Amino acid sequence: MPQGTFCNTTPIGTEDELKALLGDKGGAQYYEEMKELDVDSDAIAALLEKTCQSRIRTWLEICAHCGMCADSCFLYRVNDRDPKQVPAYKIQSTLGELVKKKGKVTNEFMRHCVDVAWSQCTCCNRCGMYCPHGIDMGVMFSYLRGILNSQGFVPWEMKIGSGMHRVYNAQMDVTTEDWIDTCEWMAEEYEEEWPGLEIPIDKEDADIMYTLNAREPKHYPEDLAEAAILFHLAGENWTVPSTGWEQTSLSMFAGDWAACKMQVESVYNAIEKLRPKRVIGTECGHAHRATVIEGPYWAGREDGLPPAPYIHYVEWVAEALRTGKIKIDPEKKIKEPVTLQDSCNYVRNHGLAKATREIMSYIAEDFREMGPNREHNYCCGGGGGFNGIGKYRKERNKALQTKRDQILATGCKLVIAPCHNCWDAIRDLEEEYEIGIRWSFLKPLLIKMAIVPDHLKLPEE
Amino acid sequence: MIAFLTGPMLWVSLLVFFGGLTVRAVMYVRGLSWQLDRVAYKPHMARGLRGAVHSIRMWLIPGGTYGWRQQPFMAAGFFLFHIGAILLPLFLIGHQELLQMAFGFSLPTLPSSVADTLTVLAIIGGLMLAIRRIALPEVRILTTTYDWFILAISVAPFVTGFIARLHLGNYDFWLTCHILTGEAVLILAPFTKLSHIVLFFMSRGQLGMDYNIKRGGAKRETAFPW
Repeated sequence: MPQGTFCNTTPIGTEDELKALLGDKGGAQYYEEMKELDVDSDAIAALLEKTCQSRIRTWLEICAHCGMCADSCFLYRVNDRDPKQVPAYKIQSTLGELVKKKGKVTNEFMRHCVDVAWSQCTCCNRCGMYCPHGIDMGVMFSYLRGILNSQGFVPWEMKIGSGMHRVYNAQMDVTTEDWIDTCEWMAEEYEEEWPGLEIPIDKEDADIMYTLNAREPKHYPEDLAEAAILFHLAGENWTVPSTGWEQTSLSMFAGDWAACKMQVESVYNAIEKLRPKRVIGTECGHAHRATVIEGPYWAGREDGLPPAPYIHYVEWVAEALRTGKIKIDPEKKIKEPVTLQDSCNYVRNHGLAKATREIMSYIAEDFREMGPNREHNYCCGGGGGFNGIGKYRKERNKALQTKRDQILATGCKLVIAPCHNCWDAIRDLEEEYEIGIRWSFLKPLLIKMAIVPDHLKLPEE
Repeated sequence: MIAFLTGPMLWVSLLVFFGGLTVRAVMYVRGLSWQLDRVAYKPHMARGLRGAVHSIRMWLIPGGTYGWRQQPFMAAGFFLFHIGAILLPLFLIGHQELLQMAFGFSLPTLPSSVADTLTVLAIIGGLMLAIRRIALPEVRILTTTYDWFILAISVAPFVTGFIARLHLGNYDFWLTCHILTGEAVLILAPFTKLSHIVLFFMSRGQLGMDYNIKRGGAKRETAFPW
């Protein structure tokens, strides 16, 4: 069977196709079809010829096979130092072979590549920091995912995820109508408690345009309300766009580069339409990676920058605390020991370690670092799409032990995780290993601690 | 034989070595692409180059990076071998005599005691790298015959040269072996993993640029903590 009903090389194009794929519970039929899927070697060869250039070819060629990357990989360490988890081995035995054989590989080999690319690498990029030659295997695995995707070899949830972006311009089925309703609902819901609270939609020339993760309007709309409250407290002139509000990109995890481009352009179009002074994204790591770091390249922007200055939520919070736009009640600072999860996507890969630590200096009395931390921190255990793939749940749960042990070593019971993926992974590790911790985004903590200026207080009864 | 090897053959070897490696470096840079690599090299060139230099520099300093500090055995083997591999071919008195004969000029030379020490240390370094390949499962799984060949051919000029220097056995035989293996390294360099002689600087520099241009260079107040 060359092409399956669900597992095939055609990306999801319509809502009906998406619903049909979702109807295949757990991807049972999908993965059966994948076993029969043809491999178009010529197409792979042509793609490699076109896209596998200097950087990656050199990386594959000069790898000295020294194994220094082994210890840098949390998946190698947590899986009892299995030599098959050495980053260099993982990439040489997959992408390396694919390049060597010029795409002349079997279906079985492709499925093996799927397993390695999505369950043995979270694209955290830590190995690149420990390779003397500067070989970044996270970058290469992301590239491999793109090749696999182009041949229809992609985990079921990843195909759904990028299909969501293609159909709804969001990682979940949140339509423009749903989104606007949620904004209005949240503003009404919290207005009583916060007089004057607004969620302004499509306001032009605002100081701030806010973008977020579709999970927020879909599952945790209070997160949106919290963002609104904090902007309100800080007296910011802000807005959200009616379209182009979704900052995430599951298509990046899927290696569906065309969908990545479509998604990020929807955000950039909103920026160009509303002309905000700057854009602030929510507490999400991969959303920042997708829209601020990689996005400009998908959209073909030669300067490598989004159309307006685009910062992560933690940068805004650090600034608001520094400038006194938000003041913390010293009585309400976090007294218990608290630790912080560094998201690979904006700490290692965008240098924001200082912002989160500045925040901690304002809000926590006993902040304790994980070890290692900052640029050298380990992935939460669920990055790069790992959290969301049912087929690899066992491997993901094993991977969580790294973060579990890092947290336990701090002695903290509270973990601040300003990243959706990390937040999920830490929630799941508590569920799996029951170590008695709590975890939180920054927003709810800040609202509890912030001093409310008199003019924003509820009128006395 | 020796006259041929130190005459025309030396010329050919040096030409292939320098010419070939120059071509590799130029090809590498020409093959970089801001779209494929997703790094806006040109608009942020100055910041990028600072990142490249920093990235290269830190890895050239023993103990300069987290990687070197965490793996002292590898670091020791690496630096012992590479320090000898760079200094000895360039500044050995015997090599300078060849240079003087061929071109009429020469570079400063190493005192023979220093040269001997560096040679022994380089051989020890090479052995340490070999031991890792055998002893560590994470290195063993990666190691191929090709890796052994590269390691052997790289260490061979030191071993043969040192035997000749000590006048053990047949001097002419070992000297010939030394020149042959040395020239083999020069000729093979552009076509094998030995091309890392220049491609290390390219690749290392590229990742430094990547981090400094795209991955936080404008946000970090300090240089990237390699």
